[in-house]
Amino acid sequence: MSALEIRSSGALASIQDVGRRGWRRIGVPWAGALAPQLLRIANTLVGNDALAPAIECFDGGQQFVAREGAVRLAVAGDAQLEHLTAAGKRSLVAWRSLTLAEGETLRVVHTGAGRLAVVAVFGMARPLVLGSAATYARAALGGLDGRALQVGDRLSVIEPAPTPEHHLRQPPTPEAGPIRVVLGPQADHFAPASLEAFLTAPFEITAEADRMGVRLAGEPLVHRDAAAREIVSDAAVPGAIQVPGNGQPIVLLADGHTAGGYPKIATVITADLARLAERKPGEVVRFVAVSVAEAEDLARAAEQSLQASLGAIVPLAGDGLVDLDALYSRNLLSGIIDGRDDDGDAA
Amino acid sequence: MRILDLGDAALTVEFGDAIDPALQARVNALDVAIERARAAGQLGGVIETVPTFRSLTVVYDPLLTRRATLEAALSELIDAADHAPVGDGRHWRLPACYGGAFGPDLADVAAATNLTPEAVIDAHSATEYVVYMLGFLPGFPFMGDVPAALQLPRRSEPRLRVPPGSIAIANGLTAIYPWESPGGWHVLGRCPVPLFDATRAAPALLAAGDRVRFTPVSVDEFARLDAELKAGRLDPQQWCSPAGEAS
Repeated sequence: MSALEIRSSGALASIQDVGRRGWRRIGVPWAGALAPQLLRIANTLVGNDALAPAIECFDGGQQFVAREGAVRLAVAGDAQLEHLTAAGKRSLVAWRSLTLAEGETLRVVHTGAGRLAVVAVFGMARPLVLGSAATYARAALGGLDGRALQVGDRLSVIEPAPTPEHHLRQPPTPEAGPIRVVLGPQADHFAPASLEAFLTAPFEITAEADRMGVRLAGEPLVHRDAAAREIVSDAAVPGAIQVPGNGQPIVLLADGHTAGGYPKIATVITADLARLAERKPGEVVRFVAVSVAEAEDLARAAEQSLQASLGAIVPLAGDGLVDLDALYSRNLLSGIIDGRDDDGDAA
Repeated sequence: MRILDLGDAALTVEFGDAIDPALQARVNALDVAIERARAAGQLGGVIETVPTFRSLTVVYDPLLTRRATLEAALSELIDAADHAPVGDGRHWRLPACYGGAFGPDLADVAAATNLTPEAVIDAHSATEYVVYMLGFLPGFPFMGDVPAALQLPRRSEPRLRVPPGSIAIANGLTAIYPWESPGGWHVLGRCPVPLFDATRAAPALLAAGDRVRFTPVSVDEFARLDAELKAGRLDPQQWCSPAGEAS
């Protein structure tokens, strides 16, 4: 066995899988990866079961060190990586696996267009709590001691056989355009003009955006009347957009409450939920309504294109014996190689 | 009854929009009927159901089924649930240590309701509550109805930290916080019995439809029960009598 040491947890890193199902009735949210497609791609790249637990990273800044042996990792998501070895450091693009020799470091420098990257770790088994290894920190469930990862944490992993690395040459391109929603269940609690505004006006992602949900800021939405500002609590699901009395929408995500007393104007469709969770504070989103049947078709189309991506994962050229990425960067992009490790991270 | 859209992976069967044991009985009846149908291999693609005060949400996998298919399959079950009698769940008598450090809002509630703190405790502990639903936090029971004399709106300033075990009221409802959490309800006391334990087969102590009454205990008795429970020498089930038996 080897171990993966968390040298830096960055903005937020936690162990997630596809989440726990079946316990919403007692108030336990699913938790699980905010971008399940990244989880499945990262695990497939590294040679795990696609639904195995992996490390979800927000915004970059995470550093992982191999201890007591080699550790194979794979990163899915639009992230800039650095591989720190005794010889120096080299930049890498994501969407590939990479084996760290003992003492080497992988650094998620920053994420690109989206906030999320998933780091899958070969042979990282985690105990299941209520059927899932997903971290749900509010109730200390799953993950590592039920909490986000911290500096110094060590996760034991299976040492990989010397097999070729894999990559996904053409990463999935996220859909552009407005976030698609199904109106309801309480769209009738809003003044018609506000419902119209919800579907046309821009909303900014605020800094209050985490695994529970994303608070938006925009022209306040107006409830039909004072009584329509609250409901007798009913169930919410990830994607539900609740609007409290201040008129500023909150989109619930994987760790969001299972029930709530604010009217829900609409629900983000399955195919677009990760796209919303990826947005960074300060960015602007717009919403457009689709029917339930259209949303179901879009969910199926998204699954098909994910299957196509998973099917396009192939061994890195050179059978892993020659790392073409490294050669490429050494020969053509000499500026990237920096023998000095300026922040002392090469172990 | 109407069916509300909750995205492409859930629908909500709404029986009404009030807090009312009769509505809850219909919710539970549909919940049980769906569970039975799923056990018989029907309703493929359904992931789980979420009962609330007045509605049942059915969560499904849009890759495995479709709303139209599901709605057709549910319609018969919904009709049957419309005529469900109010059921009788398990009865609980849970220990409660009121006031002092455990009940920081007892004095304010007494003042706001023109009652003595003792009268507030008497009124709160004399009532048998129905567990309407679980939600907000894992294992958090929404119970009612609080006697009219004790009904107050939420605190104008929510607390950032309500300790686990806190027994609190707001409007017609009372609850026990299973976890430390922000909270805007008025905290009257504390219950030593853990409401959620992921290692139990049924992680939540209480279930929708259960009946709960509180038995006032002293600070010393609270400390004794708390220590015994934490040491695993007391089984929370000792405060429960099964459905149908008077508490």
